[in-house]
Amino acid sequence: MSNAPVDKGRRRFLTVATSVVGGAGAVGVAVPFIASWNPSAKAKNAGAPVEVNIRKAEPGQLIRVKWRGKPVWVVRRTQDMLDGLSKIEDRLRDPNSEEPQQPPYAQNKYRSIKEEFFVAVGICTHLGCSPSYLPSGMGEHVEGVESGFFCPCHGSKFDIAGRVFQSVPAPLNLVVPPHYFVDENTILVGEDKGQA
Amino acid sequence: MKKLLIALMTLVPSLVFAAGPTVPLDEAEVDLHDKASLQRGAQLYMNYCLGCHQLQYHRYNRTFEDLGIPQELGEENLQFTGQKAGDRITNNMSTEAASNWFGTAAPDLTNVARVRGADWIYTYLRSFYKDDSRPFGVNNAVFPNVGMPHVLEELQGVPEKTYEERMIDGEMKEVYVGIQADGSGRLSGSEYDQAALDLTSFLVYTGEPMLLEQRRIGWFVFGFLLIFTILAWFLKKEFWKDLK
Amino acid sequence: MFKRFVEWMDARIPMTKTWNIHLAQYPAPKNFNMWYVFGFLATIVLINQILTGVWLTMNYVPSAEGAFASVEYIMRDVEYGWLLRYMHSTGASAFFVVVYLHMFRGMMYGSYQKPRELIWLFGMFIFLVLMAEAFMGYLLPWGQMSYWGAQVIISLFGAIPVIGDDLTLWIRGDYVISGATLNRFFALHVIALPLVLVILVFLHIVALHEVGSNNPDGVDTKKPKGTVPDEEKPKFKFHERFTSKKDIVDSIPFFPYYIIKDMFGFGVFMFFFCYVIFFNPEMGGFFLEPPNFEPANPLKTPEHIAPVWYFTPFYAILRAVPDKLFGVILMFAAIVFLALLPWIDRGKVRSIRFRSVLHKLNLTVFAISFIVLGYLGTQPATPVATIFAQIFTFLYFAFFGLLWFYSKREKTKPVPERVTSK
Repeated sequence: MSNAPVDKGRRRFLTVATSVVGGAGAVGVAVPFIASWNPSAKAKNAGAPVEVNIRKAEPGQLIRVKWRGKPVWVVRRTQDMLDGLSKIEDRLRDPNSEEPQQPPYAQNKYRSIKEEFFVAVGICTHLGCSPSYLPSGMGEHVEGVESGFFCPCHGSKFDIAGRVFQSVPAPLNLVVPPHYFVDENTILVGEDKGQA
Repeated sequence: MKKLLIALMTLVPSLVFAAGPTVPLDEAEVDLHDKASLQRGAQLYMNYCLGCHQLQYHRYNRTFEDLGIPQELGEENLQFTGQKAGDRITNNMSTEAASNWFGTAAPDLTNVARVRGADWIYTYLRSFYKDDSRPFGVNNAVFPNVGMPHVLEELQGVPEKTYEERMIDGEMKEVYVGIQADGSGRLSGSEYDQAALDLTSFLVYTGEPMLLEQRRIGWFVFGFLLIFTILAWFLKKEFWKDLK
Repeated sequence: MFKRFVEWMDARIPMTKTWNIHLAQYPAPKNFNMWYVFGFLATIVLINQILTGVWLTMNYVPSAEGAFASVEYIMRDVEYGWLLRYMHSTGASAFFVVVYLHMFRGMMYGSYQKPRELIWLFGMFIFLVLMAEAFMGYLLPWGQMSYWGAQVIISLFGAIPVIGDDLTLWIRGDYVISGATLNRFFALHVIALPLVLVILVFLHIVALHEVGSNNPDGVDTKKPKGTVPDEEKPKFKFHERFTSKKDIVDSIPFFPYYIIKDMFGFGVFMFFFCYVIFFNPEMGGFFLEPPNFEPANPLKTPEHIAPVWYFTPFYAILRAVPDKLFGVILMFAAIVFLALLPWIDRGKVRSIRFRSVLHKLNLTVFAISFIVLGYLGTQPATPVATIFAQIFTFLYFAFFGLLWFYSKREKTKPVPERVTSK
């Protein structure tokens, strides 16, 4: 064993290079493990966009469909309901829907594409219960408001455009999922228009 | 030692798993990059096979995507069972009905190419022949007494075992020369062979839908390993200089 | 910052001390050759099996109704599921490849001899548990080979007199292999046996680090204290745990020297491993058998049942014997004799380098017998094959018999005082 001088630079370079390449390899190996946690083809297909037929919806009626395992509501609102929306804005947290709880095309007074048809994910933004639809009798919970959604779990209240009232546990308006009108009578929930 | 083992492993399988039919198998020149062939194979499968044989582990939309078929086109031309594009490729035949008709349930064919091999399928599809003693009037040289009709007859025509008289050792003898169709089918002999190859390729695809991606990643991994191993070698040499 | 962290840890747990004793100041003989990489590789494969196994469990359905479909689900619907599955199935075979080579290394260099008998025994237990683990794992895909392979192997226990039939019934939990069998095998395969395996590997290494590694020369590198002049001692610092009782010669610290060398070996190994995973996952029907792509069918046996390749040497011994019970006994004896090697070999010289021509020949014949038996085990049992299997079974056992006789008064070459280095 001689004590030949060690080329420190070369040694350091090789150590670092091998470590970096080895580290990159470890990251590469991690990819399949991490990616396998993404929704599988089965889950994705089960969560594919859902068509909702609204031809037979009566004014005031709520149609419930399942999209990605979650309840999605389609409410055909009456003119009275729509008229009531502008009267309560001072009692809402986010009356103008500034939080990104809806696609841009639903960021309006009615939070919908067509005024009449309100589409929303029926999950309370507080802790994930599904609120009840109260076409009438919302007055019991909010004075002077005829219709809206009331969450039985922790008493969160939303108006008929899914906007959350002040001083309730839920922080945000109900989520409006991506959707569009395929034709007069059909809404496709789960996809923006023109998306593949 | 290790090399020896591996050499042994790659040499032996042909011997081990050759048990079964004694008919020599024709080589199926499957090319998974040939999307047109796979598409034709898919179409043949959906039209002629799916009625009895499911591909219950595979999905329509995955097939469309992998074979380069636009989903709407696929739904219109390849989906006959009223299912959704995201569904698995199944039919509505009950096991019971199948047992009544064919004596046994028609097996699922998703993995048939992995069980039997491409060559077997390719040869099987071209080995039906007229045999009036069988319930369906046909038999198969690769799978004797198979309980299945020759569903591709309208394409191939009626295939018959043909014999030739040949002079052997001064005697005229009948010699089996193969199976030939009578020409009543929609396809010529070579067209039918191509159709059989298309169908075989499609089944190779359904057996291993990830195959092309697997190979692609494999080469990438090899490249990476080469760099790593070379670096590790130099690093080892560098450090082991201490011991000289 | 880092230094303070280490100090904080060391005050509470022997972190630096463990690192030093087992890696940075662990004396390993300097003359290891490439045969010494397989222990490291076995550890790597074990980690691979545990990780991919845990991930497969996330999507696998352990029931007779759902198992086969869930494997296909993993192969098709789960992102990179096919890769995780192939890593696991290839890892199973790779495990046996490296373990067999690791064992053969031990046999060549006499690593089982005094004072390393216990290391060898722990190793044999690891081998046994590994076989149980592999066997139970192979049932889980619930394909035709899974089903009928398990059927055949469980039936082996039926050969035991008196209790045999009841025992097989108890193992299966049903009159045939069924969902009940699948579920208990699943539980053992994913929880119980891996735990045992990890504990045994730990003990294997603890025992190894107590006595120290053997080397290709089979020469002790730990000399009695005070017999080695200072100038002949290596320039490296070894932990006082080793230097306080013995004088260490011809050794180098395991870290960084052998870790780096193993890295290179690891890279080479990965070429083989990745070739199988990405280009030949079935390995010509040896790693994944074609009939196993068909779901289990209790009414139809595949034409030719062969166990996976790593069992075939023992399977060939089993079939070579015309009597069921004696066949089973002989098969287990094949493993028991291996385990008893430290006591069968009565020689004092460890390495094959200094042992007699007879021993070299004997070990070569043994290795060839093992490979030939492995090959015969994959083949249908034709009369000719059976005769060959009987011949090589005889040679397999003759190794132990001969060894016991000649090892006591073996003509060996003089063993050097110190390891020979290139």
